[in-house]
Amino acid sequence: MKIGVFVCHCGSNIEATVDTAAVAAASREFPDVVFATDTMYTCSEPGQDEIVAAIKEHNLGGVVVASCTPRMHEQTFRRTVERAGLNRYLFEMANIREHVSWIGKDRESNTNKSVDLVRMATEKLMRNRPLYSKKFDINKRVLVIGGGVAGIQAALDCADGGLEVVMVEKAPTIGGKMAKLDKTFPTVDCSSCILGPRMVDVAQHPNITLYAYSEIEEINGYVGNFEIKVKKKATYVDWDSCTGCGICMEKCPSKKATDTFNEGIGKTTAINIPFPQAIPKKAKIDPDFCTKIQKGKCGVCAKLCPSGCINYEMQDEFVTEKVGAIVTATGFDLFDWSIYGEYGAGRYPDVITSLQYERMLSASGPTGGHIKRPSDGKEPKNVVFIQCVGSRDKSVGRPYCSGFCCMYTAKQAILTKDHLPDSQSYVFYMDIRAIGKLYDEFTRRAMEEYDTKYIRGRVSMIYPQGDRLLVRGADTLMGAQVEVDADLVVLAVGAEAAAGAGELAEKLRISYDSYGFYMEGHPKLKPVETNTAGVYLAGACQGPKDIPSSVGQGSAAAAKVLGLFSKDQLESDPQVSVVDIKRCIGCGKCIQTCPFGAIKEMEFRGMAKADVIETICQGCGICTSTCPQGAVQLQHFTDNQILSEVNALCRF
Amino acid sequence: MKVININLSYNSDFVSQVEEESGQKLNLCYQCGKCTAGCPYTAEYDISVSQIMRLTQTGQKDKVLQSKSLWLCATCESCTARCPNKIDVARIMDVLRHMARREGYTGIRTVKTFWDSFLNSVRSNGRVFEVGLLANYISHTGRFWTDIGLGPKILPKGKIHFKPVEMKGKKEVTKIFMRFKQESAK
Repeated sequence: MKIGVFVCHCGSNIEATVDTAAVAAASREFPDVVFATDTMYTCSEPGQDEIVAAIKEHNLGGVVVASCTPRMHEQTFRRTVERAGLNRYLFEMANIREHVSWIGKDRESNTNKSVDLVRMATEKLMRNRPLYSKKFDINKRVLVIGGGVAGIQAALDCADGGLEVVMVEKAPTIGGKMAKLDKTFPTVDCSSCILGPRMVDVAQHPNITLYAYSEIEEINGYVGNFEIKVKKKATYVDWDSCTGCGICMEKCPSKKATDTFNEGIGKTTAINIPFPQAIPKKAKIDPDFCTKIQKGKCGVCAKLCPSGCINYEMQDEFVTEKVGAIVTATGFDLFDWSIYGEYGAGRYPDVITSLQYERMLSASGPTGGHIKRPSDGKEPKNVVFIQCVGSRDKSVGRPYCSGFCCMYTAKQAILTKDHLPDSQSYVFYMDIRAIGKLYDEFTRRAMEEYDTKYIRGRVSMIYPQGDRLLVRGADTLMGAQVEVDADLVVLAVGAEAAAGAGELAEKLRISYDSYGFYMEGHPKLKPVETNTAGVYLAGACQGPKDIPSSVGQGSAAAAKVLGLFSKDQLESDPQVSVVDIKRCIGCGKCIQTCPFGAIKEMEFRGMAKADVIETICQGCGICTSTCPQGAVQLQHFTDNQILSEVNALCRF
Repeated sequence: MKVININLSYNSDFVSQVEEESGQKLNLCYQCGKCTAGCPYTAEYDISVSQIMRLTQTGQKDKVLQSKSLWLCATCESCTARCPNKIDVARIMDVLRHMARREGYTGIRTVKTFWDSFLNSVRSNGRVFEVGLLANYISHTGRFWTDIGLGPKILPKGKIHFKPVEMKGKKEVTKIFMRFKQESAK
């Protein structure tokens, strides 16, 4: 094989600590190398053209580029050699930037190490064989996990693009956190007025199948051909015949069930519909509070239901769906602030969370839109907002900024004045983060027009004084300790990863960060992709996000799915395991160790042999290191190829 | 207000010494003010604890070590308990107090005198002898009427003795003081 070597300067990134010309000169001495040069930017257009020209001029059979990590430009250069008529696998990369120039300062040692890496690459390249992708059919249906605003956007965009969509939502209704909000910043639009119609669209769209009150049980398969097992949790109400009339809810005698939708402000009935605009608008029974299920007595709802849809014996049900891509939009949960003893740890009824306050402000909420102190139902005069509760706080393991609390606090201060013109709002803040369009103007309006008093400092303690609460904090700009008599304290609790995010990530085989937020493919360039092909992210499951960003990501994920499905067939990666049938003894060890279930047993002339299903194999190589016979070989990383690299490195 | 040149006045030795002696990283402080918010003595301070943190961070040695606040801190550790960045603020106050004393900053003379009288009393009696402490403190400060109102309340209860109470291990306590003197002289 005639080999060409291109050593990249990467501007000064490599050239500053590696003598690239010397690396090129040394490469010319390697067997099979007929051409070697150093170039300023190999990845640039002239750099790539130089490779194409050299392949033609010197009739090269393979190319080595010594530059950055393959994660950066392997695809770039594979396309380059392909343009010149070579198979894309007759190309090797030597990483002399991340593995050499960025980590060492000694020019001589760096140069020597670079020469070694290039020698290894050329030795492997000599043993490379052309590989060809196979095409396989795909299922053009998409699964959207989570029915919040990001999931709704992704589902509607996909459905409008002609795809069949399956949406799975954990709660009994879609709408997510946004459905609980009263208004949205910075326009003070009514949240349910803008989200409600979208929710209805999901319910009515002919391309969307909605599984509410359901969870993902199991995910199998691979991009283009996933098989999903969905658990439909028992609702004790036949949703096919329930009309959502609400008679059951009116008459249910058990009125102490936890009202999850209203964030625990008030109670609800054991059989309930979360809120009037719920999608689907169907009743479900909370078995923990249903007298019939718990004690066998009652049965009022069953007697009254005009469509006879109550079934106290209902069990969880499982359905299987086949899809080709998955959009994960599982959102976030609120930080459990009861860890803060200094804020009462939940002992004071008039210290509430921002989302509870949101339910209180909402006309369809438990107080009918009236701001009332939970303790005595009186209207508050002084309302104190405390920001960064469970955000930017290392001591509780939440050092990150939740991003949207500054804005919703300003909105809530404005709404407080609208609801109660005689009230006075105070906001304890550390920094105001208002980086969106019209956001800073909005926080200024809270101060300038609505006379919200902003105090720069954290709050150290809240304690009761008479029937009020004394909030003691600092005004660091004044350099003083300050106190405010509060009638109501609203904590701007931060966002954290949704409960169960880790378990779902394992089912999806995607990675998550130390806080449980899902990892995107690249922090700048692949914001909605994951490192698992065919799985995309949208919204706050990737990190705290406000509504416009979540919607933007929902659309972006849909665009990615539509792009993926624009072809009828996908190409498989040929870097997969292949069984040498002559060597295989049928021991089945590879079948046991394969984490993807990609190897099955087959019969060949009456003997058991292993067989790799190419489209499922991810090329991890575990089977190759398990096989006692060396019968399974990972293409492009065969034992011979790897050993030739080792030999090139350990010459003495 | 005086203009402070923040690079010329930055005393890096001071900053690194405080960090070394306290084992705390000053750059962790983001000035949220929660320490000041919970400090029970801040009303008496000339510089609030969060501002002491800021001045220390910016290497303003004289201003910090001259502060009266160092001597009024009761080491209640509210600041340490509440700090969102887990900085042991009370420890830093302690280090600054030691540093001020070592380097001859007077701070509040009466507080220093009280500490000296207290420790002298423990050294010679094995435990504190209140009347002796009082006599020592008054003779050095001239504050004859300080806490005089407490006398009539305490005396009838037998809380105060006019002679040091003999105790076991008196010599051992004195030895601790001797050892400290020897060790710190090294």
